[in-house]
Amino acid sequence: MPTLYESLGGQAAVDAAVDIFYRKMLADERVARFFEAVDMDRQAAKQKAFLTMVFGGPANYTGKDMTRAHSHLLRDGLNDTHVDIVIAHLGATLGELGVAQGLIAQVAAIAESVRDDILGRRGAGA
Amino acid sequence: MAELRYRGTVVQRGEDETVLDALERAGVAPPSSCRAGACQSCLLRARAGTPPADAQRGVRESLRLRGYFLACRARPDGDLELDDGDEDRQVEAEIVELGHLSDDVLGVRLMPRRAFEHRAGQYVTLRRHDGPSRSYSIASLPEAGALELHVRVVPGGAMSGWLAHTARVGDTVSLQGPAGDCFYLQDRPTQDLLLAGTGTGAAPLLGILRDALRHGHRGQVVVVHGARTHAGLYLEQAFSSLARAHANVRYHRAVLAGEPSDGVTVGPLDAVLSDLVPVPKDWGIVLCGDPGVVHAARRRVFLAGAAMADIRADAFVPTAAAPGLA
Repeated sequence: MPTLYESLGGQAAVDAAVDIFYRKMLADERVARFFEAVDMDRQAAKQKAFLTMVFGGPANYTGKDMTRAHSHLLRDGLNDTHVDIVIAHLGATLGELGVAQGLIAQVAAIAESVRDDILGRRGAGA
Repeated sequence: MAELRYRGTVVQRGEDETVLDALERAGVAPPSSCRAGACQSCLLRARAGTPPADAQRGVRESLRLRGYFLACRARPDGDLELDDGDEDRQVEAEIVELGHLSDDVLGVRLMPRRAFEHRAGQYVTLRRHDGPSRSYSIASLPEAGALELHVRVVPGGAMSGWLAHTARVGDTVSLQGPAGDCFYLQDRPTQDLLLAGTGTGAAPLLGILRDALRHGHRGQVVVVHGARTHAGLYLEQAFSSLARAHANVRYHRAVLAGEPSDGVTVGPLDAVLSDLVPVPKDWGIVLCGDPGVVHAARRRVFLAGAAMADIRADAFVPTAAAPGLA
């Protein structure tokens, strides 16, 4: 049975999704400030790593990494509402790419599973 | 904490320090200029140990594979044994032509003493024999032999002031590079291209346009040069004559202050681009010049539908002084 990552289309699916996803973030004024970066290449690379992870792909992220990567955004007010918006955009991105609802739900569940790490509620960060 | 060995000195890298910071603190600093990962002046080679991958971004593959990385971007966790690398990365070049293109832009032609592989639109780092180094983009085609660079004369500028007032034809400098991915891609001859920039960002755009035309590019090419005022549009003649000679080339000018006229729009570059090409989906886009303008334009064309992979940008980062050395 194929893995989630294989079902979605692997690396090619991540490549197809990253521009759509990143564009949605920058265009949504509720979350754009968390995604603004002078170095757009680096920002896009981060989105790609995130998408690879939530697509069930070969990601090297740990919960601790997620906490560390977002700690400076918490100081800027990152909260549950923003995570909700991001997960909704993630679903919409996959919908645009014609991904089946069942697979979208699996991706959203993985994103949900790191919510507490992102928001620094797991106490994993040092 | 990582231990760095360089020129006979051993330094412990401090928690937030880059390799460049740590070496400067120890008094064995390599050359550096932008401190932002762009100019590649601070390129070092790790003879032992693994440099961080993100400190190798933009470094040519042939060098990357041999352990070269940018000291200003590197915060390694492991120990590194460092040196300045092969002598053959640098080429002596002779100044063969030197003259003003406008009040504050110099045209410089440099003839490398031996083969120096490069593409029009890439940038090179020039080093004077007594120290300072600065990066400039290449406006000429490799067939021209000499490299054509456009140098904005900065008041008190260590390199531009020297070129403007002291340097003479026949003097030599050393050339390092090239670097950068702003050059013509010949595998997509029908793609529409948007080449936009401010100030001497026009130099790489001219280079890329020349390269596109030499390869018989069939898609349209829209060139947009922005400046504060009309006086800054120093390549008006060169671009206009190429546009007249080629039906698929359009040349637009954008100024921040002045009167609009035929082919001249008043407004920030990103807004002008958005008017000219409202939906840049599938366009190949090159943006060069002022970092703020390049960023705004990049963001705008991306939001309007251009793919990240189709946008190449070269922000001309001003030279930064080392902390404490200013």
